[in-house]
Amino acid sequence: MTKNKSHIVLKTQDLTIGYSSKKEKSIIASNINIELHKGELVGLIGANGIGKSTLLRTLTNVQQKLSGGITINNTDLENYSNINLAKVLSLVLTESLGSKNLTVFELVALGRQPYTNWVGNLNEADYQIINQCLLQTNIEDLKHKKCYELSDGQLQKVMIARALAQDTDLIILDEPTTHLDMYHKAYILKLLQKLAKDTNKTILFSSHEIDLAIQLCDTLIVMTKDSVITDQPCNLIEKGTFNDLFPKDLIVFDSKTGSFRVKK
Amino acid sequence: MPDTKTYKLPFIVLTLVLLLCFCANISLGSVFIPFQDVFNGLIGNPTENESWQHIIHEYRLPKAFTAIIVGSGLGVSGLLMQTLFRNPLAGPFVLGITSGSSLGVALVIMGASLFGGAFAGIFVSKWSIVIAASLGSFIVLLFVLIISNKIRDTMAILIIGLMFASITSATVNVLSYFSSAEELKQYIFWGLGSIGNLRWDELFIFFIIYALGIIISLTSIKALNTLLLGENYAKSLGLNLKKSRLLIIIATSLLAGTITAFAGPIVFIGLAIPHMTRQVFNTSNHKILLPAVFLFGAIVMLICDSIAQLPSSDLTLPINAMTSLIGAPVIIWLLVRKRKMVF
Repeated sequence: MTKNKSHIVLKTQDLTIGYSSKKEKSIIASNINIELHKGELVGLIGANGIGKSTLLRTLTNVQQKLSGGITINNTDLENYSNINLAKVLSLVLTESLGSKNLTVFELVALGRQPYTNWVGNLNEADYQIINQCLLQTNIEDLKHKKCYELSDGQLQKVMIARALAQDTDLIILDEPTTHLDMYHKAYILKLLQKLAKDTNKTILFSSHEIDLAIQLCDTLIVMTKDSVITDQPCNLIEKGTFNDLFPKDLIVFDSKTGSFRVKK
Repeated sequence: MPDTKTYKLPFIVLTLVLLLCFCANISLGSVFIPFQDVFNGLIGNPTENESWQHIIHEYRLPKAFTAIIVGSGLGVSGLLMQTLFRNPLAGPFVLGITSGSSLGVALVIMGASLFGGAFAGIFVSKWSIVIAASLGSFIVLLFVLIISNKIRDTMAILIIGLMFASITSATVNVLSYFSSAEELKQYIFWGLGSIGNLRWDELFIFFIIYALGIIISLTSIKALNTLLLGENYAKSLGLNLKKSRLLIIIATSLLAGTITAFAGPIVFIGLAIPHMTRQVFNTSNHKILLPAVFLFGAIVMLICDSIAQLPSSDLTLPINAMTSLIGAPVIIWLLVRKRKMVF
């Protein structure tokens, strides 16, 4: 256990998330205990409205937690300055880009911002990292294209490359597979799996592609109404966690195939 | 570097065009001065006609410098606003700064009859107009800053700026309803804009505030590029959003506020020049855009002023009308030709 401790990238302790206003606190989920290790691909799954986005927003310091602790690399999240957090945590969000008039190279290069000087000039090392990220995400041929010329699948790869270029231990992606066809959903998640292995970065993403997540992830975080469970996919299947994921009137989980099917 | 396009050639061309326009602007006017004498006059050699020396130094040169400051300053502040608000319709006027100046000037010119005693004693001189315009824009700026510090949503600042603009213009309307024809005329003349009557000492003060605004803009280049991704991505890249937003607003206010104070409310340049530059350079990278907007703004302003002087006649057209008459067709032509707006 002590050996493993240095490899824990993200850890939460009795974390409670939700919204607080002057009048009242509304708790969305509590008792969240997560440990994410180096080089792991972690999927976050759960029904709509269960609080996946709230959890990700809390973990990325966009939203205040209600109680409990969050540490990244053994340092409390609130002790990070903006710029230092940018060096350990990068994001891929669902929101659309402010400007799509940037070239793919320029966009990926923006990932180097936390490391560049006051005017944002890239040095030789930055160029090497950017080109490597383009290679790792298979978008080298798109380098000089403008972002408005790209398909959704290509754009998602570019956003992943930008997060890679930020060179952080932890990458968090909010539903990276929405708007993509079945092939590209598998492609993006497979790419994330490969990147986690090759770069030894921890990658956490939320998704509704439960069957793909079961096949590809090292660890799954399953959010249900009552609890947040973290375990390896095969253990979760054995425990029957997926059976309680959705109301049982329409779909049931088939533990043999690891996927949901419509009730007949 | 092979990975980023170099823009050396266009910048060299633009700088040469700027120099050419600068000389042409000095050469043209009610009295035509040949290029050779313009050159001689600038470096202090005797000119063919003794009075030309005087015209160049006391009248044409300050005017040309004013044109450069006004054009580049408004262009840059327009670019800052368009990027900060992610809105192609934004310009220096969106924060209500220009209308703040207008209100200040309207109060000085037209308030005299309304408030009687307190204002009646003040002779409506150029300095009192400059001070009133600065105060007006400063007060509006102060409000915008206080509000922007409290509000997290940048779009709300945009709306609030527009609300301020509408309050001030309504107040100006009320004032003008009660004022005399003479005062109204004076106010309208200020509103038409003028870059031709600054003395060297006035220009010096003008330049210092302008330079401060430009320097702050330059330090914001990295933040502006980060903001192209959207505010949440910008934050995740370590940008201190509040601080950067504050600096960008201060730079805009310094530029747009002083320019309006010294040269009147010239609105078109700030909106149009950034679009013109983006269309021509086809980039959103502020390391390229900002200097390019600077050069384009200065060039367009010099050309507009040269034409407004109606060379070889004694008439002068209002500069504010000229910028729109020349600039708007250019923008329309660029957009139609490319069929796609670059933003």
